[in-house]
Amino acid sequence: MSANLAAVLYLVSGVLFILSLRGLSHPTTSRQGNTFGMVGMGLAILTTLFYAPPSGFGGWFLLILGLGIGGAIGAWRARTVAMTAMPQLVAFFHALVGLSAVLVAAAALYAPQAFGVGAPGAIKGASLFEMGLGAAIGAITFTGSIIAFLKLDGRMSGKPIMLPQRHAINIGLGLLLLVLLVAFMRTESAFAFWMIVLVSFALGVTLIIPIGGADMPVVVSMLNSYSGWAAAGIGFTLGNLALIITGALVGSSGAILSYIMCKAMNRSFISVILGGFGGDAAAGSGAVETRPVKHGSADDAAFIMKNAAKVIIVPGYGMAVAQAQHALREMADKLKEEGVEVKYAIHPVAGRMPGHMNVLLAEANVPYDEVFELEDINGEFAQADVAFVIGANDVTNPAAKTDPQSPIFGMPILDVEKAKTVLFIKRGMGSGYAGVENELFFRDNTMMLFGDAKKVTDEILKNL
Amino acid sequence: MASTTISNAVTTLTPEQALAAARAQAEAARIAADNAQAYADAVAASLAAATGGAVDPTVFRLAIFVLAIFVGYYVVWQVTPALHTPLMSVTNAISSVIVVGALLAVGVATLDTGDAGAAWAARIFGFIALVLASVNIFGGFLVTQRMLAMYKKKA
Repeated sequence: MSANLAAVLYLVSGVLFILSLRGLSHPTTSRQGNTFGMVGMGLAILTTLFYAPPSGFGGWFLLILGLGIGGAIGAWRARTVAMTAMPQLVAFFHALVGLSAVLVAAAALYAPQAFGVGAPGAIKGASLFEMGLGAAIGAITFTGSIIAFLKLDGRMSGKPIMLPQRHAINIGLGLLLLVLLVAFMRTESAFAFWMIVLVSFALGVTLIIPIGGADMPVVVSMLNSYSGWAAAGIGFTLGNLALIITGALVGSSGAILSYIMCKAMNRSFISVILGGFGGDAAAGSGAVETRPVKHGSADDAAFIMKNAAKVIIVPGYGMAVAQAQHALREMADKLKEEGVEVKYAIHPVAGRMPGHMNVLLAEANVPYDEVFELEDINGEFAQADVAFVIGANDVTNPAAKTDPQSPIFGMPILDVEKAKTVLFIKRGMGSGYAGVENELFFRDNTMMLFGDAKKVTDEILKNL
Repeated sequence: MASTTISNAVTTLTPEQALAAARAQAEAARIAADNAQAYADAVAASLAAATGGAVDPTVFRLAIFVLAIFVGYYVVWQVTPALHTPLMSVTNAISSVIVVGALLAVGVATLDTGDAGAAWAARIFGFIALVLASVNIFGGFLVTQRMLAMYKKKA
């Protein structure tokens, strides 16, 4: 196979990847889009194997072994993972892309002749730069994603961990990285390369540990973006069009998602990166609340909803934690049998990653045309009899509109307060991640249902 | 007799004349070469004017990269928010096209190169990268497929 043909085939596979993202513009075309992605990946792999076949039996053996082991683990994870655990799975996958980028860059450094970037000891300057940069971004993505994975999986506290002098540490590490990059370009020394990797590993950790649980949707999107830029860096080293196009697509996709998430929280990207949001400082600022709230039972809630004409359900992370989505859908089905109109309202940052709630509802067989985004449904709360808030808090807090002192001021919220009755399912009176009291809890038209989201929903279902 | 004919034929040109003729031809060839050079320069200059200079392949790659960022920008804004989680998992899966680098490294020839140790190091890095990227390829596409199969319209 000629180099030109190979380049054209890589281009085709890049175009197939563009089409795979294009398909996601609507659920009906999305499955076809995913197929395009798989075909593109298969084409890229086959092109590589025909253009530069592995040398000898040993090469083929390692290749098939590697594909087999990785493929089996990947397929097993994809089949068994719970939908509520998607954010940590995605974070884990980002880590893998990051580490792969580091390893491919290392391989290119040790055997440049196989990658067409020069001979050992005489690698082109531009290639050294791309290699070093790709490895650095890959290494930051790797440790950053591992930290994000541990936080999302609950193996590490979701609270921000504040190192003393963390900004100074990050700036110092960044400068050191720059110096090492220049040293690596000048000397092509393997030592400088591994130092770049080590410093980037450290930077990945120090960048992500001060970021709290509620900011995870931004972090996961951001790491998604980083993994793309790392892939693009390696793509330049290899001169591979499929990698360059994919890196650009993934990089911009993650950046857009980060932007959407930041906007939905009314926070600047910089303030998220600097971290520390939702820490003890914020939680300690409010006085202890002693005002009475209206408690309700599952029986009361069932009665109110049965007699309503329109119910809007607002799911949040609490629903995911309690795995309440199936019980919720059964409750909604029962209400629909009673002639009640049921809709779902999703805030962009509900859950731990973009679109998290939509996947959980889809898993519970909620049709996607009953699920609405914030701007599409916010006008309907005024006509709704009941807003059923399950495991969400901050995204409904009117303080975001009325209290300029509040840390969430300016964040777009779901106007559940406009509904005739607001039912809150919560485990307790605790405040949300932002650490602010929700004054809706104390209003006359609010009824609090304390308990595990799934248990409460099951009880309501029994009483319907 | 024959030898005198040849010598006559040769002597029709004196050594000075032959030298002059050779010089003239050399001169003609030089002028032709100069002309060709000038022509080629003109072509190159017009090409350079059209493409903006002698273009390194890296610049073409950079152009593709920048254009792909714009394509990505417009395509991703079209993605419905309901599918943002599948978007993340599918972008994850396609970014593991980095596997092509791993494949090249695994296939490195370990015998005919000078430094077999370095070649084996590259192979081992390539193998680990291949395993990691394969987890991602299969895991990413299959979990996306599993998610997308759940999105249904109202019955």
